[in-house]
Amino acid sequence: MFKKILIANRGEIALRIIRTCKEMGIHTVAVYSTADKESLHVKFADESVCIGPPQGKLSYLNIPSIMAAAEITNADAIHPGYGFLSENSKFSQICKDHEIKFIGPSPEMIDKMGDKANAKQTMKDSGVPTIPGSDGLLYDIAEGIKKANEIKYPVILKATAGGGGKGMRIVNNDAEFEPAWESAKMEAGASFGNDGLYLEKFIVNPRHIEIQVIGDQYGKVVHLSERDCSVQRRHQKLLEETPSPFMTDELRTRMGEAAVKGAKSINYEGVGTIEFLVDSDRNFYFMEMNTRIQVEHPITEEVVGHDLIRRQIKVAAGLPLDHDNLFPTMHAIECRINAEDAYNNFRPCPGKIITVHKPGGHGIRVDSHIYSGYVIPSHYDSMIGKLIAIGRTREEAIAKMSRALEEYIIEGVKTTIPFHQQLMKNEDFRSGNYTTKFMETFELK
Amino acid sequence: MDYKEIEDLIRAIAASGATEVEIEAKDIKLIVKNSRGTQNFVAEQQQVVAQVMPMSQPAIQQVVQSVPQRQEVQVATKAELATTSEDSSRYIKVKSPMVGTFYRRANPQKPAYVNVGDEIQVGKVIGIIEAMKLFNEIESEVSGKIVKILVEDATPVEFDQPIYLVDPS
Repeated sequence: MFKKILIANRGEIALRIIRTCKEMGIHTVAVYSTADKESLHVKFADESVCIGPPQGKLSYLNIPSIMAAAEITNADAIHPGYGFLSENSKFSQICKDHEIKFIGPSPEMIDKMGDKANAKQTMKDSGVPTIPGSDGLLYDIAEGIKKANEIKYPVILKATAGGGGKGMRIVNNDAEFEPAWESAKMEAGASFGNDGLYLEKFIVNPRHIEIQVIGDQYGKVVHLSERDCSVQRRHQKLLEETPSPFMTDELRTRMGEAAVKGAKSINYEGVGTIEFLVDSDRNFYFMEMNTRIQVEHPITEEVVGHDLIRRQIKVAAGLPLDHDNLFPTMHAIECRINAEDAYNNFRPCPGKIITVHKPGGHGIRVDSHIYSGYVIPSHYDSMIGKLIAIGRTREEAIAKMSRALEEYIIEGVKTTIPFHQQLMKNEDFRSGNYTTKFMETFELK
Repeated sequence: MDYKEIEDLIRAIAASGATEVEIEAKDIKLIVKNSRGTQNFVAEQQQVVAQVMPMSQPAIQQVVQSVPQRQEVQVATKAELATTSEDSSRYIKVKSPMVGTFYRRANPQKPAYVNVGDEIQVGKVIGIIEAMKLFNEIESEVSGKIVKILVEDATPVEFDQPIYLVDPS
């Protein structure tokens, strides 16, 4: 087992990882930019190293700085968290070269799944249903139009290096194709430095349902059931729940099998998530694979009763998986609490938190790094905490979440708590009747 | 650790000039903070505040009686580095631009790049920081006289950590 893990991340996930390490008796090293000097993850870790100024590129994305920090502290493993370098195959390789265990997949696995066009082909080859579309990148507009007519409109142009909704354009007919192409290419080039595009059938009103998988170093892969993440605004998840209100035992079996098959085909090691789009007929299609721990992992933990970070560390340390597929025995919902003004287009509101009072009680879990007096830096994302409610039924979980949201006091900055309070009262949400289109018609009172 | 050993340790830490030292041993945790008086220009003594926290009962019982848990103990010592307890706010801190191990000389056989009292100019190499087997020469971004060396040879440093105190006048 590792003696010392360096956490190459910040905020709530860094705290999350440090907590499990403490439980396992593993020493922790926090790295931080000068903007995060007063951050909770720095205070909770056994050691800390300042690695640079606030800008991500010069600190949390600064591979030499992080490796130097691992060297001077003698860390024998690095946990990359999510975002930042967690899906950077170069970083995974450099850790390997320096004989420091990267707690995550190998560079090859990351590359296979990181490139969206590649990933789709890999899944298709192993028999996982994929969205009909182009085989890899489109050469030109003519090829695109031809393919669009084959698979039938509406279609969507997507950036191969993309994410976060950038470099995507929906096309409804031949006439719209050229302007969409030009626009998507330009945005992709600017956002990712790679303007390659591929084409997919645009599934109307899909649900975003993902399957959690874990693979060990011996070829065993299991799944831990699904999470429904359809409540999204501009492709950013706002709320996640498990089990999905749209799920059936039969669909879970089919999707679980497909996810395990896909992960096995690349000999996947570590925790990962396979994201699917599910249409109203319960057909599901592979969308992408995330080769890291995800923000919403707590809801899976609560319904299957396992610490996923602990699993992740054990698998990385070479221990074999000691269980099979796991299924939800409870219902859990997570609300992402962001320092954003829900009434003003969810505009980020960094600043000083005057007072925090976190909710508690039966069935409530709070994963957050904020405290009274904490100053939210403006250089990073606006998520300041995750509120998780667990109940024996979906109704119970919603009731607990409503109650907890009322107790959650954050003064000094605007947060999305009011939005979540209204969401819990929304009829469509309460009946489980929502797709990825939900936020387009949701009106904040 | 007996009381005499703790007292000796505190004196040694105070004399070293370190600002803050935390030691955790099997049966004891010691935090020593060196707070320099800035009012006194020619101070010959430094106030050293030591917190002694016994972690387990047995051997420390006698110590606990004379040094109650978590009570601050004032230990006045004669400081060899008295000159630097002068008002240090007019000095410039030269800070580390990266993470790694700081060396004062190019190799063990060579002399140190700079010593206390040396004059330095912008661009002068004032040390080396090594990370991942790569040695980076650190060039000074200020001119002045080295007043104090804050980091020992072959010691890990983090980003922005002060390495030298320089008198720019």
